[in-house]
Amino acid sequence: MVMIFGIPLQAFLGQLLIGLINGSFYALLSLGLAVIFGLLRVINFAHGAQYMLGAFVAMLLLQYFGINYWFALVLGPLIVGLFGALIERTMLSRLYKLDPLYGLLFTFGLALTIEGTFRYLYGAAGQPYSVPSQLAGGTNLGFMFLPIYRGWVVVVSLVACIGTWLLIEKTKLGSYLRAATENPVLVQAFGVNVPMLLTFTYGLGAALAAFAGVLAAPIYQVSPLMGSNIIIVVFAVVVVGGMGSIMGAILTGYMLGIAEGLTKVFYPEASNIVIFVIMAIVLLLRPAGLFGRDA
Amino acid sequence: MTDLTQSTVKRHPERSTTASVTYAAFLIAGLAFLVVAPAFFYPIFLMKLLCFALFACAFNLLLGYTGLLSFGHATFFGGAAYFTAHAVKEWGFPPELGVLTGVVGAALLGLVMGYVAIRRQGIYFAMITLALSQMFFFFCLQAEFTQGEDGIQSVPRGHLFGFIDLNQSSNMYYFVLAVFLIGMVVIWRFINSPFGMILKSIRENEARATSLGYSVARYKLGAFVMSAALAGLAGGLKALVFQFATLTDVAWQMSGEVILMTLLGGIGTLIGPIFGAGLVVTLQNYLATSEFPVTIITGVVFMVCVLVFRRGIIGEFYASRLGRKLGFEHRR
Repeated sequence: MVMIFGIPLQAFLGQLLIGLINGSFYALLSLGLAVIFGLLRVINFAHGAQYMLGAFVAMLLLQYFGINYWFALVLGPLIVGLFGALIERTMLSRLYKLDPLYGLLFTFGLALTIEGTFRYLYGAAGQPYSVPSQLAGGTNLGFMFLPIYRGWVVVVSLVACIGTWLLIEKTKLGSYLRAATENPVLVQAFGVNVPMLLTFTYGLGAALAAFAGVLAAPIYQVSPLMGSNIIIVVFAVVVVGGMGSIMGAILTGYMLGIAEGLTKVFYPEASNIVIFVIMAIVLLLRPAGLFGRDA
Repeated sequence: MTDLTQSTVKRHPERSTTASVTYAAFLIAGLAFLVVAPAFFYPIFLMKLLCFALFACAFNLLLGYTGLLSFGHATFFGGAAYFTAHAVKEWGFPPELGVLTGVVGAALLGLVMGYVAIRRQGIYFAMITLALSQMFFFFCLQAEFTQGEDGIQSVPRGHLFGFIDLNQSSNMYYFVLAVFLIGMVVIWRFINSPFGMILKSIRENEARATSLGYSVARYKLGAFVMSAALAGLAGGLKALVFQFATLTDVAWQMSGEVILMTLLGGIGTLIGPIFGAGLVVTLQNYLATSEFPVTIITGVVFMVCVLVFRRGIIGEFYASRLGRKLGFEHRR
């Protein structure tokens, strides 16, 4: 049997894959956080709840309307995105003039409300969501066994990340967004509807979170608590990456996911906290974060 | 120049006489209430309330007077509960030393967390404290001395100074009350000291405080440790009151709860968090028997407070017509 650092290669690659999967979710979620923060200056605490909502929407669509995974992958983000846009329009937009901390507290309250409601309605236990039949099963790569769905998640989230990056860096809409980040008043003076842009951005961020949620539904169980478990880790990812750059958020997400996976191989006891430890070290050495511009 | 300064100072007295009289009246009424309260309410409920009130006031020291939003105060509260419970149960410490162990432990945790977290400001500070406190949560989940999911059970209350039996609930109540009052005096003294004034100046304008030559980072760290130690005092007490220490007290929900108490009562007011804590604890007690989850109500109250009620109960009262007539002024 092939060994690597005294660990069977199979186990090593298996954990690496799990790390890559987790990393995909971290990347998608921290990307959404960074997009929202870039324009709105709000840390979206409800991001975890929106991720959970995505998974629940997929499950409920299947249960009540028989709508399958593929449509849920589109409808989930759409529904949650619209819900996010509604929240932004009616409530969050009133807080922009205040200290950014109020935005954090508001979205924290929102997260508690959403989570509490789903817990009340569906209980704390997780519910299964089966892998779509087209992606069921696995393939033997020769050196390891790869469940097809997991490979799909890695590829799709990478595509979504790059797509969002292209949207923001290379399109006209993206240039409006970036300009509004720098100077909203001036952009408004040029005739761009900045409040609408803000609503769109929050909706986009929420939709990204929901997209990750739908992707996650067949891997993890659909549970009201799945959001709050992941959001704190994603905060640490965002602190490490610094929210200055979109690409930074994506890269840090994958890096830390893999670091977490590898820790599971070598020192499983620390796998829960390794990301936080990395965060502390990065803060001590480079307070602005790896890709951060703002000190 | 000196004349000008002096006259300016005279024109802005620290507090009017009306306010002083009102403060004294409220203080006496509040104290009288707390002394006779055990005759009317369930003592455990009152003690829980006092512990959380002290916790919220300690938290407010940081948020209200330094402008730092910590999302990790459960670490100090719950950590101290563990330390106190362990010291009293396993090492056989008397209660006063047990609580002191909790305070010192919480202060040390505060020193470490503060040292890392003050490197970033504002929103980042909140996220970092949250992440570090989650790390502590996982530590407590796995460490041996916390006994994992079970927590430290049946912690003995012991005899205060060797002769006051704290197993009697009235003795325990007055012990908690005394510690609470000591904690409040410390907080009051702290925020009215030169140190506290500098903290307020950092809250108002950090760049200017730096340019005036104050080592902002050190002051922030000092405030953080102080707040952690006082939160630890509350946590240690709570461990003795309930005779257990569990993971609930170190979980992030607890950090959220203390923020809510402070926000609800009034950020940056000395007594606001006491009222906020009272309201939240009462609500929890009331809902404990019903099916309806507290989280939903907590969440909605959070949203409503942030949207339309940012001054909190006491802040609104100070800013109201009656409040101003009584001589209070609303700052911030």
